[in-house]
Amino acid sequence: MFDFSVVTNWINTQLLSIMPDWAAVLIECIIIGVCVLGAYTVLALFYILYERKLCAWFQCRLGPMRVGKWGLLQVFADMFKILIKELIPLKGTDKFLFKLAPYIIITASVTMLACLPWGKGMQIINYNIGIFFVLAVSSVGILGILLAGWASNNKYTLIGAMRSGAQMISYELSLGLAIITMVLFAGTMNITDIVEAQDRGWFIFTGHIPAIIACIIYVIAATAETNRGPFDLPEAEHELTAGYHTEYSGIHFGFFYLAEYLNLFIVSGICSLMFLGGWMPFHVSGWTGFNEIMDYIPGIVWFLGKAFFISFVIIWFKWTFPRIRIDQMLAFEWKYLMPIALANLVVMALCVTNNWHF
Amino acid sequence: MANIQDIIGKICPSATFEQGQTLLVNVPAQDWRKLAVALKQNSDLDFDVLSALIGMDWKETLGVIYYFTSTSRNWEMLSVKVEVADREKPMIHTVSDLWKVANFQEREVYDFYGIEFIEHPDMRRFFLRNDWVGYPLRKDYDADPAVNPIRMEDEENEDDTYSLKVQPDGSVRKVKGKVFDADDYVVNIGPQHPSTHGVMRFRAALDGETVKKVDVVSGYIHRGIEKLTEGMTYPQTLHFTDRMDYMSAHMNRHCLCMCIEKAMGIEVPARAQVIRTMMDELMRISSHLLAFGCTSMDMGATTCFFYGFREREKVLDIFEKTCGARMSMNYNVIGGVIADLHEDFVKDVKELCAIMPSRLKEYHKVFSGNIIAKNRMVGVGMLSKEDAINYDITGPSGRGSGWSCDTRKKHPYASYSQVQFDEVLEEGCDSYARYMVRMREIEESVKILEQLVDAIPEGPIRAQVPKIVKLPEGRWYTQVEASRGAFGVYIESKGEKNPYRMHFQSPCFNLVGVMDLTCKGNMIADLIVIGAALDFVIPDIDR
Repeated sequence: MFDFSVVTNWINTQLLSIMPDWAAVLIECIIIGVCVLGAYTVLALFYILYERKLCAWFQCRLGPMRVGKWGLLQVFADMFKILIKELIPLKGTDKFLFKLAPYIIITASVTMLACLPWGKGMQIINYNIGIFFVLAVSSVGILGILLAGWASNNKYTLIGAMRSGAQMISYELSLGLAIITMVLFAGTMNITDIVEAQDRGWFIFTGHIPAIIACIIYVIAATAETNRGPFDLPEAEHELTAGYHTEYSGIHFGFFYLAEYLNLFIVSGICSLMFLGGWMPFHVSGWTGFNEIMDYIPGIVWFLGKAFFISFVIIWFKWTFPRIRIDQMLAFEWKYLMPIALANLVVMALCVTNNWHF
Repeated sequence: MANIQDIIGKICPSATFEQGQTLLVNVPAQDWRKLAVALKQNSDLDFDVLSALIGMDWKETLGVIYYFTSTSRNWEMLSVKVEVADREKPMIHTVSDLWKVANFQEREVYDFYGIEFIEHPDMRRFFLRNDWVGYPLRKDYDADPAVNPIRMEDEENEDDTYSLKVQPDGSVRKVKGKVFDADDYVVNIGPQHPSTHGVMRFRAALDGETVKKVDVVSGYIHRGIEKLTEGMTYPQTLHFTDRMDYMSAHMNRHCLCMCIEKAMGIEVPARAQVIRTMMDELMRISSHLLAFGCTSMDMGATTCFFYGFREREKVLDIFEKTCGARMSMNYNVIGGVIADLHEDFVKDVKELCAIMPSRLKEYHKVFSGNIIAKNRMVGVGMLSKEDAINYDITGPSGRGSGWSCDTRKKHPYASYSQVQFDEVLEEGCDSYARYMVRMREIEESVKILEQLVDAIPEGPIRAQVPKIVKLPEGRWYTQVEASRGAFGVYIESKGEKNPYRMHFQSPCFNLVGVMDLTCKGNMIADLIVIGAALDFVIPDIDR
């Protein structure tokens, strides 16, 4: 497997040979920032088209077809449109918080994206508490939603924000427990180490029953965390028009929109790292020829492919299921999902201590 | 008939009787309350349904015409005429405590005729703004735009209401009230909202997410159809019906044509009768498919919406070929239908009948059987059979409460007496039952179409109708089963070529009447589901 750190180390030594330490670090930071933001935008655009095309497919439609071949340029047109839209100032809003909220959300989601390793050595910083940090940052996003709902001075946004607060705090528990289950299995919180540990086989296979349960719980909780159907109550279009971001326009709305799609990618990415082996290729023990062919596929393709597959499943949920109601949603989390996740954690602990795994 | 006349004569000696299409009882306003109580509570009379409540202006006097139906006595109808001579402060005792449906109906009459109803709990205008000057449906109404300019400022306070209470000494006193308490958290749903299915406005008082009270504010697209018809000839009035409940365009127009034909004594040819029946059933399928799509979409299952529309397209194609339009078909005319069937009609209908069963199965698979959909609808928006009768909730919504109220069975018209079909009833009384009634009614409609499609008789498509349509003096009321319930047309004629009064009794008007009852105690998300399952169409309310 190609180690991307070769490239980064080479850049680092080249820069250090011609300039002092501080300048090299500064330039590296700028390069990284540009790369992250570039990846963020490209991914967001890809996801918008991806969802629109998938949803059209589910609904016996064609989706966007007019701009560019198969509507491929539609997202760019949408992006430029949203960039030149007016930011409508509203009476009675808390101006500072109203403007702050989208930036909090976008910052949280960019930070999370920056923590994901896309391939071997292809990450910004190798934290020893990587996954814990990602979870912590994801909670910051809730603050943005609550602020947006509160500062808009609108009853719909307030209800949307209250729902969102209740929902995201609840489902974070299951999400966290599902991840803790895998951390227990891997024995480390370092994301790179977790992926390296899946060299012999993806966790969803080696961890068998508890890992599969944890994966299912994770995908459900992640759907709720990203406010996507059937858990899209905070923005329940048919009840609250657009929930917490009803009053936003222009690029401020665009930030919510981008963050929503990127969060979809991020939760799918984490799922791929924790359960599906991240950038590890698919191997079947004994099939040497097959395994060698799989090794030729670059790690980044494996990682993105897995992430897109999980996103596909989550999008599939959204375009199939009706929306759940707030009390049913909370009952589902507190009465079913979390107890199962807790029990599953115990099962996993037993498996690890007794070596009942592959 | 004579029997009823005797009983009413005994209870209310001042009553006089007129024979007509239905028996008409003339009651002076002061004796009306006594008779109303007897009509509802006397087991020999037992008129448990108030089918229509029509405000009237007879130039010298104002008044109300009531149409009652007795479910226990084979859907026999009775009409009552109450007149008041005082044009300045006309007052009639309310019946909204006996027949709950009268609550909104009386507010409409108050809005348009200025008749105040004593003891009515909430005497506000229903359609017009509170600062509207005059009562538009009165014959002496001043329509000068200077009297009612387009007002650019908000209404003063829409929370103020009043009711007229009878004091112990017999006098009537105005008691002021408020719609909502001062500390209620009132959320405005509409008039521009994705799920009110048109420009409808609900003001919902919330306790957290729970709905405490729903106040219906209507009239955002009121077009004054009833007033407009008074200045038009009968053939000209027909086109309005397609624009009320546009999802029951054929049925509404069928009803108006039937009413005029009945008054003129025109015999509609057999071919036209069968065509009308088939068009009505196609319309019903299209309407129920839309209801399926909207119900699922309001719950966030957007994909089902497209499934419903995929099949609805086929129905609209059939309409387009024969009627030349997909919406507002303008197909029925007095005496028959305007054009003969398209040559593909039989083939297309057969095709539709062939695919519908499998498509319905698909809907049930993807939506009706879904656990989330069931959780959202089962037990939500309970409406007991008694309430359904009392609020006159007909159509699929009433049948979802187990009330057998299908006009096609009770007063068969067109070709309905010749076809075999079942009246769909569900006992659930909740939103899911209402939804399921619609889905099963599609099957019944397909059954009717299958029976008729090979048996369309040859012959003329419309009867000979005089060039100038004039109705003899009198009053007529006809009902048909529209997609959302019993749609009624009332015509009062003075022998002219335009109607003296034309009233449309729309089923959706009654449906919004139960929004408060069904939503109370449910969550705000349920309000949307309940509204979708009741399936009202706004232009039908705002006539």
